[in-house]
Amino acid sequence: MVNVLASLFGASPVQPLEKHIDIAYQSSKLLIPFFEAVIAGDWTKATEIRERIVAYENEADDLKKQIRLGLPKSLFMPVPREDLLELLLVQDKIANRAKDVSGLVLGRKMQIPAVMAEDFMGFIRRTVDAAKQARKSVRELDELYATGFRGAEVNLVTNLIEELDRIETETDELQIRVRASLFAVESTLDPVNVVFLYRVIELTGEIGDMAERVGRRLELLLS
Amino acid sequence: MEAELIYIGLAAVFGIFMAWGIGANDVANAMATSVGSKALTIRQAILAAAVFEFLGAVLAGGAVTATIRTGIVDAGLFADTPELLVYGMLASWLAAGTWLLIASKNGWPVSTTHSIVGAIVGFAAVGIGIDAVQWGQVGTIIISWVVSPLTAGLIAFLIYESVQRLILRQDDPLDKAKRFVPYYIFLAAFTTTLVTLLKGLSHVGLEISVANSYFLAVAIAAAIAIVGALAIRRIQPDPKLEKKQHFYTVERVFGVLMIVTACSMAFAHGSNDVANAIGPLAAVISVAQTGMVDSKSTIPAWVLMVGGSGIVIGLATFGRHVIATVGEKITQLTPSRGFAAELAAASTIVIASGTGMPISTTHTLVGAVLGVGLARGIDAIDLRVVGRILVSWVVTVPAGALLSILFFFVLKNVLP
Repeated sequence: MVNVLASLFGASPVQPLEKHIDIAYQSSKLLIPFFEAVIAGDWTKATEIRERIVAYENEADDLKKQIRLGLPKSLFMPVPREDLLELLLVQDKIANRAKDVSGLVLGRKMQIPAVMAEDFMGFIRRTVDAAKQARKSVRELDELYATGFRGAEVNLVTNLIEELDRIETETDELQIRVRASLFAVESTLDPVNVVFLYRVIELTGEIGDMAERVGRRLELLLS
Repeated sequence: MEAELIYIGLAAVFGIFMAWGIGANDVANAMATSVGSKALTIRQAILAAAVFEFLGAVLAGGAVTATIRTGIVDAGLFADTPELLVYGMLASWLAAGTWLLIASKNGWPVSTTHSIVGAIVGFAAVGIGIDAVQWGQVGTIIISWVVSPLTAGLIAFLIYESVQRLILRQDDPLDKAKRFVPYYIFLAAFTTTLVTLLKGLSHVGLEISVANSYFLAVAIAAAIAIVGALAIRRIQPDPKLEKKQHFYTVERVFGVLMIVTACSMAFAHGSNDVANAIGPLAAVISVAQTGMVDSKSTIPAWVLMVGGSGIVIGLATFGRHVIATVGEKITQLTPSRGFAAELAAASTIVIASGTGMPISTTHTLVGAVLGVGLARGIDAIDLRVVGRILVSWVVTVPAGALLSILFFFVLKNVLP
């Protein structure tokens, strides 16, 4: 016996999307202990943390596929399906970049020059903050759905996104600082390593960019 | 006389079986949201459903039963051959039952009401003659099948819009919920009670004047709203769960409202769907007892009670399982959304019951849910199901008709 009422409801993407951003954030958060281990030269610990990052990234990937499959074109939703899929894609890239950057550092056993270590860790921490703020914003999705994307809840989310933008701007500034401190010492370092250090900084910066784009995507849902 | 007893016996067995099926499957639609959102435990839900389905069937089921009994076929034509009406009604049941069985095996969202009406039209038009069908009345019924989901959808849309504007979009949704929800409770109780008093009770022989009906409806609704308001006042916010979900406590306030609308829904369902089970029974009994078709006599109260009991038995045996399964699948229907859908559907259905229109309660509820969806209230609605419902509309009436023609000729040759 198939109940008509029960089959009327498609799988809601809301809870899975909130779960997905949480996983993405968890994977980026591990970059803090990862780089601390790298700076301390503890490669066993770094390897172990990298494995956890990869596990999170896989989990995020699986969930992404599941959400996509659960969103057939026949669904009638208060927001366009494409916007949700875009949001999901950007969320997923946070986890992807965390995996990429940790993979690159571990694969080349890269040393972070001591003079830039402090700035670098500051940059990483703020980037993770940006991911955390993205999670906080996406977690409002269920409330947004309940209110039909209008009213007090929209203001609340708009404020969260503004804060996210502020954090992201800060990570940009920190990134410039880290680049500058690397530039100051680059002539004393192995050129190949220097090239890859810039690449690490760039990839990390992309995590902040993705977090900001999560905010942009959410904003689109509000309009 | 012996033959008459066989007819009544067969009719009673068929009727109870049909009512059992309705109780086992369809009542879940009224109660599942309340259970899914934990506003009621499953035990409370079954108890409430049993009470209100029974009350709906007995107090407000008369008009629709009368329509099924004498509104579709022209009873006057059977004056010389009343036994043909008995065969026809039995055939209609078998046809509807068979069709429902086929449909549920294949997962088609078919309506019990549509099957029964199609079946009665079928045996009358072919077995007796085209003129035996009261086509005007049938036309009205078919129009009501289109109008009822649309009406429920529109009402649900308006109700949920008002909930969003008055409560959910405000800075202090909890305070607003505590203030406004008692009014919604009043509205739910008032609509159900008023329609029942105005339209339903005359069929059980109770006559209350219009002025008194309004007065009584206001009094009953106010009493229920006050009890609701007291229950709401006792709800305290849970800061820990609120942090994860701002509307956690707000939804608990709506949970109180939802208990009322779920009861209205069960009442409305009982008032409309009981006719599918006992309308033919009522017809058979009046023929068997008087030897003729009398469209004026009222339906014996015990017949309505048989129908009501059948529904309760179905609910008690299988309802628990169905409510639990459906409840898990419709968690998107949180109390604030579920109540809007239920209130809209219940109001539409009781009005239909009051005017004697046999409609599909399930399709009306689906219309109401779509209305909430149009108010951007539901995360994801699968439109394929809506398409299947539309197809089932077109298919069910001819299918029911064909099957009942078949059964009619078989019965005519087999029964004494």
